[in-house]
Amino acid sequence: MFDSHFLSSKINRRDLCKVAVGGTLSFMLPGFDLIAAQKRGAERRKSVIILWMGGGPSQLETWDPHPGTAIGGPGNAIKTVVPGLQISDMYPLLAEQLDTMSVIRSMVSKEGDHERGTKYFKTGYRPEPTTVYPALGAIITHQAPASDLEIPQHISMGNTQFPARGGYLGGHLDAFRVQDPGNNIGNMRAGVESPRQNRRLDNLNVVSQAFQKGRVIQTKKTLHQSTIDRALTMMSSEQLRAFEIEKEPESVRKAYGDSSFGRGCLVACRLVEQGVHSIEVNLSGWDSHANNFTGHQTQAAMLDPAFSSLLKDLKARDLLDSTIVLCIGEFGRTPKINPLEGRDHWPTGFSCIVGGGGLKGNVIIGETDPTGKEKKPTEPVQIQDLYATILQKLNIDYKKELISPIGRPLALSDGTPIPKLI
Amino acid sequence: MKPSSHNWKIACLPFFVVGLVVSLVAWASNSPINSSPKSPALTEGTSFTNTVSQVDQFFDKQWSEKETAPSEIADDLILLRRLSLALHGTIPSLEEIREFENMQGENRIERWTQKLLEDRRFADYFSERLTRAYVGVSQGQFVIFRRDRFKAWLSEQIQANAPYDELVRTLISGEGLWTGDPETNYITQAVADGNLDRNKLTGSTVRAFLGQRIDCAQCHDHPFDHWKQTDFEGLTAFYGQVEIQILGVRQNKKLTYEVEDRETLKKRTVSPQVPFLSECLPQEGTLREKLAAWVTHPQNRRFERASVNRIWGLLFGVPYINPVDDLPAPTDLSQSPPDLLDILGQDFRVNGYDIKRMIQIIVASQPFHLSSTSANDEPVPIERATGDWALFPLVRLRPEQIIGSMLQASSLKTIDQNSNIFMRGRRFFSEIDFVREYGDLGSDELNDFPGTIPQALLRMNGEFARDNGSASLLNSVGRIARFDISDKKRIETCFLVCLTRLPTALESEHFVKQYQAASNQNQRIKITEDLFWALYNSPEFSWNH
Repeated sequence: MFDSHFLSSKINRRDLCKVAVGGTLSFMLPGFDLIAAQKRGAERRKSVIILWMGGGPSQLETWDPHPGTAIGGPGNAIKTVVPGLQISDMYPLLAEQLDTMSVIRSMVSKEGDHERGTKYFKTGYRPEPTTVYPALGAIITHQAPASDLEIPQHISMGNTQFPARGGYLGGHLDAFRVQDPGNNIGNMRAGVESPRQNRRLDNLNVVSQAFQKGRVIQTKKTLHQSTIDRALTMMSSEQLRAFEIEKEPESVRKAYGDSSFGRGCLVACRLVEQGVHSIEVNLSGWDSHANNFTGHQTQAAMLDPAFSSLLKDLKARDLLDSTIVLCIGEFGRTPKINPLEGRDHWPTGFSCIVGGGGLKGNVIIGETDPTGKEKKPTEPVQIQDLYATILQKLNIDYKKELISPIGRPLALSDGTPIPKLI
Repeated sequence: MKPSSHNWKIACLPFFVVGLVVSLVAWASNSPINSSPKSPALTEGTSFTNTVSQVDQFFDKQWSEKETAPSEIADDLILLRRLSLALHGTIPSLEEIREFENMQGENRIERWTQKLLEDRRFADYFSERLTRAYVGVSQGQFVIFRRDRFKAWLSEQIQANAPYDELVRTLISGEGLWTGDPETNYITQAVADGNLDRNKLTGSTVRAFLGQRIDCAQCHDHPFDHWKQTDFEGLTAFYGQVEIQILGVRQNKKLTYEVEDRETLKKRTVSPQVPFLSECLPQEGTLREKLAAWVTHPQNRRFERASVNRIWGLLFGVPYINPVDDLPAPTDLSQSPPDLLDILGQDFRVNGYDIKRMIQIIVASQPFHLSSTSANDEPVPIERATGDWALFPLVRLRPEQIIGSMLQASSLKTIDQNSNIFMRGRRFFSEIDFVREYGDLGSDELNDFPGTIPQALLRMNGEFARDNGSASLLNSVGRIARFDISDKKRIETCFLVCLTRLPTALESEHFVKQYQAASNQNQRIKITEDLFWALYNSPEFSWNH
């Protein structure tokens, strides 16, 4: 496993990691397949970016405005480039970029609690005590692993209480978390400079070998050393540059807006370019039980430039045909405006935007009642249907059954693809 | 008032606020009971030694039948580490190691275990483990579910060593408000979207207390076990009269339990019914009291077997029968000899369902004392010996144990309820953050799981590791680096603090060389930091052995 001679102060850390990878992880292809990442258009393997709107945005102040009605609030609607599609006037930049995207205005759920709702909408399965379901990004990583990547294949950016998890597929499929994208890649940098880092690894080797004595088989099984080796490979990988948005022109960075979410969207674009397949960017702060309207203005000021720039750049880099972008939260908000000028949780009839990656664009699915009296929208869509659609577009058999740890066969998604989007 | 003095007060205001918050948090994270160091007393009585020797005979027989030789007896310091990890969720401090070394007389391990069990950290740590099994990790709907209150209540029960059967009966049948009568959070955990999910209660009752998974019988007969859908419905009907109102969890005798038939979509009334041992169901009491009495009835052997299997799991990191909530049905003891769970279960039952006693028995029995090393390096015999408990298993530490150990290793003194408020506040916050970043294991924490790259990165480069691994005047790295002792002694101290053992000759030589090459104090400090880093990141640190 850990050969004592491979640690020598004459070689630098990167060489060392290559040796480590070559020696212990022959199944991992050394180096990075540039060609795979350089492919464009339909040939490219598909990625998914989920813009997660934590807290539950109001459909009325985003993609399903009903201006001038009792439930509509003070906002207005504007036209978009999609014929017949109007969205809230707080999103002028996005309105210009929505071609090839579709809007579903009839998402329905049975979970009105943040935690349960988030778990349901991130996995496609309602939470239950005996099984922890994997998030969509974990399913994709599990089914279509990118062996050419040295950096994590499943990444979650920004702050969230409930990041995408690997669930019963395993902790190794948990999204790798980057709390402050664009500024800090967190734990991927060593705490000390090269000579000391080498001494540390050398020390670790000595201590590990002492523990291995009499426990050769058991320590091998722990994978402790190979996990450390892979972490070291990641720390010195060229691919980490995808996180360095300072490599982008200032005008590009500015366009995404000066917010953690904006930087996350720019990193997401660069990660897709690098070949990462499952990315989540979190924007929380939508839980507007009070002051819904000013709250949504603040949120829109972050979401509008970031989301529109992301779509624009994906198009410009010819990546949108291979990248599905989904903007969604755990539920919507009540048509009724409460005495605090707020809206409460509303899991029946709310909106999301989805498109790219070969999904049909310019489609509007479902309608909600402009008076707010009728709870149910037309053409109701459940999250598992949307995930079945996405998995099918990624050429992953959504009906495929995996056996959960308690021996229960579970389909990747138990929904049905949405015909209008395929 | 002079403007300048006014400004001074305003300038200090943030410090007052910070001070106040820190004090409040420390106070809140402190245990309400002051620890009174009791003199360790031994569990007396012949039945204790009887049970232990029965357990030992059970394993001796198994090992000789399977021709598996048990590994050697582990060193006392290794047992010390196992005990602290299992009972307090941390490694022992240098202070504790020294105290143990100074302990005189017989039965040191038993007396030491007693001491750990009396320590408030045991009740707090075990209450979190059991809370996970009973109500999961989700914070739920704050208005009617207070996990914090539940956990604190459970900790009180454990500290007082409440009989386990009584405790379980209180959980199932409790009434009142989730704030004032925190046991009722066991019921309110099952509220989702404003409705009480009675099926969830049935599932968790049977899983947590009887060690059986019948959740799938909610919708259909169990595919390979004997559980029928009617069994599930009959059990759920015992929760049919529980109601959550403004006054809390209450019984309402007017309620009947109805289910919708999946075929006809018609509602039908289901009456409470138990799937077996109906003679154990009492005539008197509310429906939930009846259910509670049935679950914990001395003749319901599933209860004692499930309980001791869980306690075994918390001590070894893996339950005797895995998974912890899917046990085979008890066998007929007149036909076949008792298995380990029967032996331990009987002792548990006849001795008042005493958790601390059960822990002492398991600690005293052979498997807990065996080394995790073996002369053999072939996979199959190693696998077999581990499966037969002839070799102590290597078990990955839970995130709380990792953070607890890192924090403890950063201090030479024991971090407990007597530590200063900053230390306790730090532990309180660090644990929450670290566990979140490391990946919480949720309620199925006794399952095996692979380590992840983010975890390795967090241990190597994380902020917490960086803070703890950089020498300061207060932390252990800084203090050991500055002690006026020989390099050999310094290295030994580092190893004791982090790994609860002395270095091997090779290790000692490796680090002595580094110190000898150092020309000044600053370099010696860096060598100590790098030594600590290696110890923190070694497999030995992250695994129970």
